[in-house]
Amino acid sequence: MHPYGAARPILHKKWTAHSGAPRLLGLPGRDGLIELIGRIRRIGKTVPSTKPTLSRYLFACMTNDQPTPLSPAAIAALRELVGAENVIVGGDELLVYECDAYTIEKQLPHAVVLPKNTAEVAAVVRLCAKWGVPFIPRGAGTSLSGTVLAVTGGVMIALTRMNRVLEVDYRNRRALVEAGCVNAWITQAVKGRGLYYAPDPSSQSACTIGGNVATNSGGPHTLKYGVTTNHVLGFEFVLPDGEVCWLGTRPDGGEEVDGYDLRGVVIGSEGMFGIVTRVLVQLTRAPQSFKTMMGVFESVDAASQTVSDIIAAGIVPGAMEMMDQLITQAVEAAYHFGFPLDAGAVLIIELDGLAAGLERQADRVQEICRQNGAREVRLARTEAERLELWKCRKRAFGAIGRLSPNFLTQDGVVPRSQLPAIMRYIRACSERHGLRIPNVFHAGDGNIHPLILYDEREPDQVRRALLAGHEILEQCIALGGSASGEHGIGVEKIDFMARQFSPDDLAAMRTVRRVFDPAQRCNPHKMFPGSKRCADFAPRKQAAA
Amino acid sequence: MTAASPPAPFLDPAKSMACIHCGLCLASCPTYLETGNENDSPRGRIYLMRALQDGRLAPGDSTARHLDLCLGCRACEAVCPSGVQYGELLEHTREHLEQNYSRPLAQQFLRRIAIEKVFPFPERLELALLPAWIVKGLRLEWLLPKFAREALALLPAGPDPAPLPEFCPAPAPARERVGFVSGCVMSVLFGGTNAASARLLNDAGCDVVTPGDQGCCGALFAHGGQLDAARACARRNIAAFERHQLSTIVINAAGCGSTLKEYGALLRDDPDWAERARRFSARVRDLTEVLPRPTAGPTPPTAADARVTYHDACHLAHAQRITRQPRDLVRAVAGDRFVELPEADVCCGSAGSYNLTEPAMAGRLQRRKIENILKTGAKTVVTSNPGCLLQIRAGLLKAGARDVEAIHIADYLDRGPR
Ligand SMILES: Cc1cc2nc3c(=O)[nH]c(=O)nc-3n(C[C@H](O)[C@H](O)[C@H](O)COP(=O)(O)OP(=O)(O)OC[C@H]3O[C@@H](n4cnc5c(N)ncnc54)[C@H](O)[C@@H]3O)c2cc1C
Ligand code: SF4
Ligand code: SF4
Repeated sequence: MHPYGAARPILHKKWTAHSGAPRLLGLPGRDGLIELIGRIRRIGKTVPSTKPTLSRYLFACMTNDQPTPLSPAAIAALRELVGAENVIVGGDELLVYECDAYTIEKQLPHAVVLPKNTAEVAAVVRLCAKWGVPFIPRGAGTSLSGTVLAVTGGVMIALTRMNRVLEVDYRNRRALVEAGCVNAWITQAVKGRGLYYAPDPSSQSACTIGGNVATNSGGPHTLKYGVTTNHVLGFEFVLPDGEVCWLGTRPDGGEEVDGYDLRGVVIGSEGMFGIVTRVLVQLTRAPQSFKTMMGVFESVDAASQTVSDIIAAGIVPGAMEMMDQLITQAVEAAYHFGFPLDAGAVLIIELDGLAAGLERQADRVQEICRQNGAREVRLARTEAERLELWKCRKRAFGAIGRLSPNFLTQDGVVPRSQLPAIMRYIRACSERHGLRIPNVFHAGDGNIHPLILYDEREPDQVRRALLAGHEILEQCIALGGSASGEHGIGVEKIDFMARQFSPDDLAAMRTVRRVFDPAQRCNPHKMFPGSKRCADFAPRKQAAA
Repeated sequence: MTAASPPAPFLDPAKSMACIHCGLCLASCPTYLETGNENDSPRGRIYLMRALQDGRLAPGDSTARHLDLCLGCRACEAVCPSGVQYGELLEHTREHLEQNYSRPLAQQFLRRIAIEKVFPFPERLELALLPAWIVKGLRLEWLLPKFAREALALLPAGPDPAPLPEFCPAPAPARERVGFVSGCVMSVLFGGTNAASARLLNDAGCDVVTPGDQGCCGALFAHGGQLDAARACARRNIAAFERHQLSTIVINAAGCGSTLKEYGALLRDDPDWAERARRFSARVRDLTEVLPRPTAGPTPPTAADARVTYHDACHLAHAQRITRQPRDLVRAVAGDRFVELPEADVCCGSAGSYNLTEPAMAGRLQRRKIENILKTGAKTVVTSNPGCLLQIRAGLLKAGARDVEAIHIADYLDRGPR
């Protein structure tokens, strides 16, 4: 593992079978890091840099909290750079950029720019640096924690026009893609050759690789295959002063990395260190065969016990996903797969690998399910049925739209053994606040996703939803887990940072951040306690979410 | 941003709130793929619609631009996990804009006169196209300005108006008696395709009834936000088909098919017609839903590289969710020569009258489609909508790909073995 791989505590995603629980290791001192990054910059440099000077730093610190609306000259300069149709400044057109998939907080950016290549990204970033204006990288805006929120306005740089798969190197099983490339497109491009890109967030049909890198996304198959950081070899990166560098393995090089391998520091940094523009991803050979099962249980407890027993039996399934009764009903209403409406919990278990051996494992899994009182274990018989099952699981979030106008997705982690306890707590919480809370989650990782249903047109419901969310995450921490599994901190989880990390840890994280972004203009006011909140935190009188 | 007091409700609150802003629809939206601007995406457009509804925005040029640029292809609807009925939201918003926002004059003219007064009437369409065909016949295209040349490229060489007789009996005693919707553009430009469809239905054991008093399905009106005009079309057709005893009503144009299947929703609030419309819509089927798979087995390959591919018409794949049946039919004839088209279900830019109102975006999507077709190396592109056929043929011509044909699925099946 590279020197700082483990030093991203909160950014570290799930508790995976092979990566263990998040760990807090000491960070090197600030000076050491600055020195180190300086060296990396020199190595990866492709654009002449102007060294950050103290006066620039102070100026930026002073200005970064009060961005003035862009002047006509500034807007003209942006238009000149990327073309008029790729600069959005009109209030009505900015509206949709006021939030991501986390819709409780909203704030308009001053402009949205849609660059076409790395040079344009760097040029826009340099202009922002010159003006001392904050900028916010944006992919597809599917984040669930408000991490693309323009808290104090600024220039949003959306990579949606940089969306190509550039090259596939079949021999070395790698693909070079632009940061705005949609996750699922990589697999689409290479599946004819028996390969795929393994990290599969449920939003994979829309979210971008750049966003995945920034949030270190995982998915159902994280249990066996790991998260984004395990599959990204290197990337091109625009630093907040406009300098372009390459971190990690280069597309034309071998596995080795010159100097320190800093890609792990940036993966999971939630767009606060700079902008990823091109990514070299590792492709994985598609498993020879699958056995995908659906187990129907009377209770979440029984299903959770099954999950623990399967792992204890030494079996590592590709995925183990659980849906409780409420979400199963919603999914069934949406997709008519044939889920039982009265079951306490449904467990989706997927085994993959060489066809030999798989049969025996599947028998063993079915046996464990039955021992735990499974009412039924159904094996997907055809590939079409398997895909249908996954479609239901991956679109489960969305099916919620049929139950309620708004929902707040929480994202917590508990040790697997505490799953029944946290589910009981959530049920009680739901009753206490008079809000429905369906659950669909990565059971194998202990990563829960309670979906708190509310209607934003009723302020009291919003208040109760936020409260319930808080209480559940508190309980996750109390049970020995954490308040963020895979959706990131953004603006949503800021308050939990102080609870989960000591002041020293937080200071160390801030130090790392300043090394990349001394002026703190890159996606500001996220993640750290004490950050500025949106003026507009209370839901306003409108329903546009 | 222009704040305004909220207008009278034009969106069904439950239906507009069904969008949870998840963004899963983004990557399937053709216009967003092209511009990368979220205002040109389903999520962005729904946000604009709601902002109009809530009075956060007044109807203005940029809002209208982004809503006009929507193809109405409904790819977003097919992928939305939350079941958002985008097509309906769009129609209601467009109706609201029609009444509360005035477009530049040239656009008004194109929309009001050319599209809504000519297209839906086969006789007028034929008359209007006469000069165009003469120009084309005499090869005088070069005399015309560029935009007119491009519009002309969309036209087939001449009219093909072999009207179907009102009754086409099946050869053997019929298994079923089906109604046939002949369509406006289909009957003028693709009469041969209608005849082929009737033959296929006959062979499948169906008597085919094509009521002479049917009219335009109303799709162009509905998509343009002229809901009352669309309702009038619906009533006329329902009445025309009610006069016959029919098990099924068959249509071979995807665009019309999706509108016919939505008569129930269109006339929901009309007490005299709601039930009749619902019953009508319940009987409508696309041709590919009713045809049995040819049993003769694939034709032996003719040329070394006679690959065949299939383009999903938006209103078949997204609005009606029919993707498997047409592929099965084509595959039954083409066998191993069938190849999947990359981005098969991304709109070709035809989208009803879109290529006339939004020529620039239509052109970009046309190019994208043609590039994908050429990538497959196929020499035959099969599809199931007249608009797509014209758009793809014109695109192939522009790209100089004279050896690639675009053909309606009925014609393709008709010339193959049964
Ligand atoms: C229905 C649904 C299901 C989801 N399921 C999962 C899941 O299973 N697993 C999971 O991990 N997440 C999940 N998410 C959350 C979200 O999809 C992921 O976090 C995803 O990686 C975000 O990608 P994006 O392109 O939408 O990025 P955005 O939302 O646009 O941005 C997210 C963050 O990345 C930064 N960023 C974006 N692009 C760049 C770039 N090029 N360079 C630097 N920073 C950048 C932004 O500044 C922001 O901080 C889900 C979301 C939804 C709506
Ligand atoms: S339309 Fe559907 S898929 Fe698109 S953002 Fe809304 S809910 Fe999500
Ligand atoms: S109908 Fe088509 S063009 Fe319009 S928003 Fe939906 S996907 Fe995009």
